[in-house]
Parts: sequence; structure tokens; C-alpha cells
Amino acid sequence: MRTVTFTQILRETLAAELRRDPSVFLMGEDIGVYGGSFGVTRGLIGEFGPERIRDTPISEQALTGVAIGAAVAGQRPVIEIMFMDFITLAVDQLVNMAAKLHPIYGRACPLVVRTPPGGGRGYGATHSQSLERLFAGVPGILIAAPSNAADASGLLQTAIRDNNPVLFLEHKLLYPQRFEVDDNLPTPIPFGHAKIVREGTDVTIVAWSYMAHLARQAAVALADGGIEAEVIDLLTLNPLDIDTVVESAKRTGRVMIVEEGPKTGGFAAEIAAQVFEHASDYLEKPIRRLASPDFPIPSAKNLEAACIPSVPEIVALARELVG
Amino acid sequence: METLRAYELMQTIRYFEETIERLFLEGRVMGTAHTCIGQEAVAVGVAAALEPRDALTSTHRGHGHFLARGADAGRVMAELFGRETGYSHGRGGSQMMMDPSLGFYGANGITGGSIPFAAGLALDAKIRKSGRVTVCFFGDGASNQGVFHETLNLAALWRLPVLYIVENNGYAMSTATAHGLANTHIADRAAGYGIPGERVDGNDFFAVRDTVARLAAGIRNDGGPALLECLTYRLSGHSRGDPRVYRTREEEAEARKNDPLLRMEAALKKDPAISDDVLAARRQIAQTRIDEAVRFAETSPLPNPAALQGSLFA
Repeated sequence: MRTVTFTQILRETLAAELRRDPSVFLMGEDIGVYGGSFGVTRGLIGEFGPERIRDTPISEQALTGVAIGAAVAGQRPVIEIMFMDFITLAVDQLVNMAAKLHPIYGRACPLVVRTPPGGGRGYGATHSQSLERLFAGVPGILIAAPSNAADASGLLQTAIRDNNPVLFLEHKLLYPQRFEVDDNLPTPIPFGHAKIVREGTDVTIVAWSYMAHLARQAAVALADGGIEAEVIDLLTLNPLDIDTVVESAKRTGRVMIVEEGPKTGGFAAEIAAQVFEHASDYLEKPIRRLASPDFPIPSAKNLEAACIPSVPEIVALARELVG
Repeated sequence: METLRAYELMQTIRYFEETIERLFLEGRVMGTAHTCIGQEAVAVGVAAALEPRDALTSTHRGHGHFLARGADAGRVMAELFGRETGYSHGRGGSQMMMDPSLGFYGANGITGGSIPFAAGLALDAKIRKSGRVTVCFFGDGASNQGVFHETLNLAALWRLPVLYIVENNGYAMSTATAHGLANTHIADRAAGYGIPGERVDGNDFFAVRDTVARLAAGIRNDGGPALLECLTYRLSGHSRGDPRVYRTREEEAEARKNDPLLRMEAALKKDPAISDDVLAARRQIAQTRIDEAVRFAETSPLPNPAALQGSLFA
């Protein structure tokens, strides 16, 4: 075993995939010598050169479209969108091209879009959003949202080897976190299998990305107070492993979903609806959502903290559900 | 491509498009389609200049490009009829067909949507050193999309083997170029990216063919991208049901005098060996091909809705 940061294992995984398959290349803004805004690709240009660690102008729509074209021609581009907020500039290419290639044109599009969502750094309203909801409702785009280093590596390997467009979320608060992992990189993790990261009988807490990281911490605090929470880390939003959530809901009878984005129109609502469709007879309490208020993420530390779900809030809502 | 064959192809496209317009009026085809009547010399002139290994991306007005590139007219027609035998098995319709075996990488329903995609095909060619040139068609309207500028900058920066061809047909839907472009000389925009920009008479098959051949040779020789503006005129409406209130019938009558097919016939007939009968025989071949395409489409089976399931992902 060893200890690595989230950033470090992403870099190791990218390097391993670049070595394994010559059709894999990286593309994005300031990913070369600079090493990416969060340092994920730092040093890779030394081994792989500027053709495979390809810096682009600040042109999100063009670079995304270029990657899609190259993917259809047989390359395996992995692009970095510096902040998830900037993906709005590339939505046309992802929604109208990448997502349509297989179902309509019958063509594979092996593309990975890596991007950091999330707040917590005081970056303000246009560098802090969790916009996975925009893509969760577009058939044809896979979404992976790991909460720890080992899962990130396994899911990233799967994403790069998959023949479909994958949106790969790297929450920016996870980058500096340290995790215990095996000495060797983990094997690829198949999409569509949620993980029960802690078993419990009193309440089911569903989360993904950084909120799953917090949910785990909350479960420890809850256990101290005698509440056994079952924590489900979704790992991927598309495909969504609703079966694991439903089975847990049937066991605990109480379900809460934690989402970093605003409550209205969020992915938590989709999960809640599906749980209700499949397990309403088993629910002892209404399904609850913990999410940000319907407001842009403010910059000041206290304002931001007031918006984004926290461990004490997860604990409080779980206690309310169980009590 | 021999010139009589080019004439036959231009006529095939014309008959295809006229047939589509009639089929819409008769209610035999549903959905939408954008016809390229009056722009056939661009499609066929470009196709005549390319090599089989080259790639082509198209627009919402793409039937002509696809047919010029060798598409089976019956399968294009079947796609418009929503039949299983269509290029996209009825899922795509007029604006979403692709056949990489013909180097045809898609009509595209989003104005300007194929501009970065084409640069991606060109990046692949550069990585593989395949010698392939990618041609990207787009319209005067698409030249106002931000992605046009983003991509031309990037393609020039990376010296990608891609030829951008703007079919300036005078109108972005109803908006005349003079009302939509601060500078209606679109080829000028190439200068902003330090790449060759040329303008050609898009209704002159020979001029289009020779210009594209020259530019493609330069691109193939590691010359980086270029921008070619083909001046043409959309004799048809924008799409079905376009009342054409934005232009006069007189303007259209004037434009008809410059019909690329008439000009092709006049040019061909300078050769004493090419009589009216020879041209009529070619027109007959084209007409028969389209009649057969309609028969093929109409007698083809409907796609099975059950087949959608499980086909979202590769």
C-alpha cells in the first residue's frame, strides 16, 4: 500500500494509458509545460511530447469538436476542460455531435472529457458549478464521478478504453486529498456499478463525487451517535445503478440523496423519482434531498460554505430521518 | 471525373432535390429537408477534385455533397422516407447521414457544427501522416458562428490539412449576406488567420474543380489549411414551406440565367462531339436513377422501433 493524492493517481493513470495505447492523446488549455490548471498533467509532456500532450488555444468548442472528429477517425482523445463551468462553451459539440454519433450515425466516439466541478475554493460563481445535471438528461453521454483515488483510476481507465463519449468529473477539492491505494494501479472499474462504501440498516445516503467523500465522513459521525447509515457511492451517473439504491432503500426504509448542485432540477430528483417508482411501499419516511440552494455559488468563504452541503448538514438530515 | 459524368451527377442532384420538393408537397415524405438547387456545381466540382482517400463533411443542405461523393441515391432517399434501408436506418433523416467508406463524414443539422469536427479528421490525418485532405463545407450563415473563428485559428496554428469551403449562396435562411455579414467577402477572413483565402464562381464546375484541386494539392503538400469561398445562389427556398418573402421573383429569374446546369451544358457543347442528344441521354440516366431511388425507398421496410433499444452506446 502507499499514499497518493487524487491528482497523482490521475496523472499516473493517464501516463499508463498513454503508454499502453498510441492512439490515446491529451488535449486542453495549458496542459503541456504548465501541467494543467490543477497540475494533473504536470510532467507528462516530458515523456510524451507536445503532439500527445497537446496545448490548445482558449477555444473550448473548437477543441471539443476537434477531439470528436479525431475520435470518429480512430484516435482516443482525452480532453481537459479547465473548469466544469467552461464546458458550457462546448455543449453544442457534446450534445449535438458526440451524443448523436452512435445512436443516429452508427459511429463510435471514444472521447473522454475530464473536468473539475464543484466549489469550496472561493473561486466564485463561474468556477465552482456542478453541471453534471446538464448532461445527465442527454442520452448518449456517459458520466463518471469518482470520490477517491482508486475509483478515479479504475474509472478513468474504463473511460479511456470505452468507445463512447465519457464526461469524467474530478472534483477540485479531491485533487490534493491523500488516499491509501495499492502499489500497482487498480484494474479498470466497469461503469454502472454503484458501491456500498459503508453498510448500515438505519438510513441510505446516496451521493457521488465529493459529496460521497463527505457522506462517508458523516456516516462515521452518525455511528458515534448510534445511527448506522448505509452510504452508496454511485461512481457513475450514466449508467445509473438504481438497483443498488433501490435494494438499500428496501432494507433501510429511509433514503436521502446529497448533491452539490442546486436542488431544483438536480440529479438527486431523478434518483428520488426512481427510488419512489421502485420502492415506495418500503419507505418509512419521504425521500429527502440535501443540495445547494437555488443560487449561484458565492465567493466569500462563509457565503460559499453556507450554500454547499457539509458533513454536519448530512448528519443532521440523517438524524431527522431516523429520529 | 470525366466532364459528362460530372454533368450527369449534377443532373442527378437536381432531379433528386426537385423530386424531394415534390414528394413533400404530395405528403409522401415527412420531416424537413434543405435542397441545394442551384448549387450543384460546387458539390460536383469539389468531388471531382478530391481523391478517394480524402474526407468530406457537409451541412444541413447535404444531399448534393453526399451524392457527389458517391452515395447511393436510393439509400439517401430511403433515409428521407424514414426507411430501414436509409443510411442512418431512418434515425437521421435529411440532415444526419454518414458513410466513412465514401469519405463522407456527415451532413450536420447544426449550422457550423462540422467545422471543428472536420479539423479533428484533419488532425487524425496529420497524426497518421496519411496524406488525406479533409474538405469542410459550410454556409455563409455558419461563417458567423464563433466556432468558425475558433477552428480556423486552431487549424492554422497546427497547420491541419483541411480545406474550408464556404458555399455563399446569398442567404442564411432569410437573411441576405449584406444583412448578416459586416464584410460580405468571406474569403477575406482567411487573412486574419494567415492562411490562403480565395473566391471562385461557384456556378462554374470547371473553376470550382480546378481551384479545389490546386488548393488541395498545396494542403496535401503540408501547406496547412485554406479557405475557399464559392459564390453561388440557392434557387430553391431554404427548406420546405419557405415562402421566399425575403427576395423578389425578379431576382430569382435573373439568378436562373446563371443556373450551373445551363452553364455546364453550354461549356460541354463547345465540344463538337457533345450534341444535345448526348446531353439528353445523360439527363435520362440521371432521371432514371432518381425514379428508381424513389421506388426503392417507398418499397423499403420501416425501421423496427425495437432496434432503438440497446443501440444508444457503442
